[in-house]
Amino acid sequence: MSLSTTDLQGATGAKPDLAARTHALVTNFRWRKRRALAVPLVLLAYGIYIVFAFDLATVLGHAKPDHARVLLRDFWSYKTQVAYEARSDETVVAIEGERRGTYPADAPPEWVHRGTGQHTEIDLPGGAHVSYLADRVAKLAIPDFGLVTVSVEGRDVKLDLPPGRAMPEWISVSNTRVSVDQGDWRFSMTRNRTETFRYFPGWELFFFTLDSPFHGKSPGQLAALALWKDRVNPDMPNIQAMASDFWHNNMWHHSAVAWAMLETVLMAFLGTMGAGMIALPLAFLAATNFTPLNAIRLSLRRFFDFLRGVDGLIWTVILSRAFGPGPLTGSLAILMTDTGTFGKMFSEALENIDGKQVEGVNSTGANGLQRARFGVIPQLAPVILSQLLYYLESNTRSATVIGALVGGGIGLLLTQAIITQKDWEEVCYYVILIVLTVMAMDTISGWLRRRFIKG
Amino acid sequence: MSATDIQMTENYLAQTRRKRLYGGLILVIFVALMASGFTVADDRNAGGFFEGFHRILDFPKEILAEALTKWRNLPARLWAAVPALIETLNVAAVSTVVGGIGAMVLAVLSTRGLAPWPRLIPVFRRMMDVMRALPEIVTALVLIYLLGGGPVAGMLAITLHSFGALGKLFSEVAENSDLKPVEGLQSVGAGWFQRIWLGVIPQVAPNWSSYALLRFEINIRASAILGFVGAGGIGYDLKTALQWGTGRYDSVVAIFALLFATIVVVDTISDRARARLVRGGKLDEGRI
Repeated sequence: MSLSTTDLQGATGAKPDLAARTHALVTNFRWRKRRALAVPLVLLAYGIYIVFAFDLATVLGHAKPDHARVLLRDFWSYKTQVAYEARSDETVVAIEGERRGTYPADAPPEWVHRGTGQHTEIDLPGGAHVSYLADRVAKLAIPDFGLVTVSVEGRDVKLDLPPGRAMPEWISVSNTRVSVDQGDWRFSMTRNRTETFRYFPGWELFFFTLDSPFHGKSPGQLAALALWKDRVNPDMPNIQAMASDFWHNNMWHHSAVAWAMLETVLMAFLGTMGAGMIALPLAFLAATNFTPLNAIRLSLRRFFDFLRGVDGLIWTVILSRAFGPGPLTGSLAILMTDTGTFGKMFSEALENIDGKQVEGVNSTGANGLQRARFGVIPQLAPVILSQLLYYLESNTRSATVIGALVGGGIGLLLTQAIITQKDWEEVCYYVILIVLTVMAMDTISGWLRRRFIKG
Repeated sequence: MSATDIQMTENYLAQTRRKRLYGGLILVIFVALMASGFTVADDRNAGGFFEGFHRILDFPKEILAEALTKWRNLPARLWAAVPALIETLNVAAVSTVVGGIGAMVLAVLSTRGLAPWPRLIPVFRRMMDVMRALPEIVTALVLIYLLGGGPVAGMLAITLHSFGALGKLFSEVAENSDLKPVEGLQSVGAGWFQRIWLGVIPQVAPNWSSYALLRFEINIRASAILGFVGAGGIGYDLKTALQWGTGRYDSVVAIFALLFATIVVVDTISDRARARLVRGGKLDEGRI
């Protein structure tokens, strides 16, 4: 800044100009400052409006923290249930309370000791112990608290705390139900049922179900069985038997899940590539430099806008009516929306190509098709490929959502598992699979783009 | 022609032949994949492609016919769907704003040269990858279980996704920003926040806003879809109207029309705004 104001004032007529400019500059700054302040203020006002419009206070007040607790616990752990049914006078030990995970009556897990009749002794973590006694009496020995007795008397469930103890917050009592929640185990008694749940980390029976000979073996034992031990099933080698038991695991349904995941990827692939194949020739007709006829060009552009504007949601509704639920409907819904998107993008890419290459090819006497093949496609291919790969990746994720709407692929399994409100470990399994698949698609498409387009 | 020339020509022709072979092979594999994929999808679908193809227009015809006979109801039906539409737009707007702010933070935290804790860059990147890969519908359905149905679940789900999606794009932009202003600010003793706010944000603001606008378009669609699974808004209205079936098709048509119009209008406005932001005020020539 070597110019001082006096230098500028030396020239006649410069003074008002400078003053005006300074004024303009200062005003500009002031205006910018105001704008910088206004943006957070507008956002704040909008935020306040949203708090009322969405009734955030009520929503958060109605939130169910116990649901969150159950969900988080179920994500990474499973429970084994020891249940006594008053109606059938039977005690059943079952993983997740499912029939497929039921232990045989004469071979319960080692922490459950069966007596005669109702009598059952259950060892629990942290030195706790639950006994089911005759006549619907249960005694809970809880370390650092004492002996809690719960019993059914007539129509009511009664609770006796150790003498001198106040009601702790982990016991909840009503006339018809007493429940004790200790984090890694739970107990509850109603008129019809006495139940104890013990939680274990991990996913139950993920590899082999109880009826498989490979259940409960350590990785070392499994490796030994697979490699050199005698055949468990004389019909096939152990490793094949293991693969088959895993694949047909009837609690986790690995084969069905794998198929569903494949269906989802298939939906994305068919939808994206189909859209690309339809959009490419149409894009030539919609580009200014290839179609001099305005009517065709404009109507095609509107057609693309229409396809894009009719949301994927609307397409799924319309297409489900024609094709029924399934992966084909999903891929057609993706195809519809993306034909619009690709048509627009490809025609814009066509308009941006370098005319010199086409002229060069033209000068050798090439016809229209040859001009397109050698003058246009080489310029267009990288753009098209990179868009297709990018959309393939993002559509894998969309296909999950669309699958949930049209009833196909992993999206369907996911919604079904969430609707039961108890198979959260399956939800977790599917989510991990989806995230890994999407990330894999991302990596593959990124690698392909680098490999074929830049190098 | 000299010997080297002949050699070169032959090499060139051999290379072309090889390229053609590879191209042909890739084409064959691609066609095979498409054909087998189509067959599998067709087999596993409830209705086949060829039986369903001529029925595509049946449903639109049916609802349009009903809407036409009850055309007097249409303005009322359109008006009735407006509050739900506003809810859908609000969900999209809030999740774009909150998602954008979160993404700004994540982007700065995961960009080399700007990150306050360079060692944690890979951690933030992986976090964004996971948030991006997680489909909104999963988060939304879990949140509906925790919070009950309504727009808040959808909003949180879309916000979470926007963190990851925008964060990645933002950090790509920030990566390409010029670090000289940052160094200049550092030399006059500016703190970390001042360096980012005055040195980086002005450079990246146009591109970041452009990406945020694009995300807003995407989020409107997502918010409509999440409504369909119980997260409020126009999607929920559409679902109830569809469940009623015949007799409420005028509502269905009204909702379709409103959603379509909204998407087209927002897309057009945001297209122009983005063109201005990125290309400096000029819509490119030749575009209509």
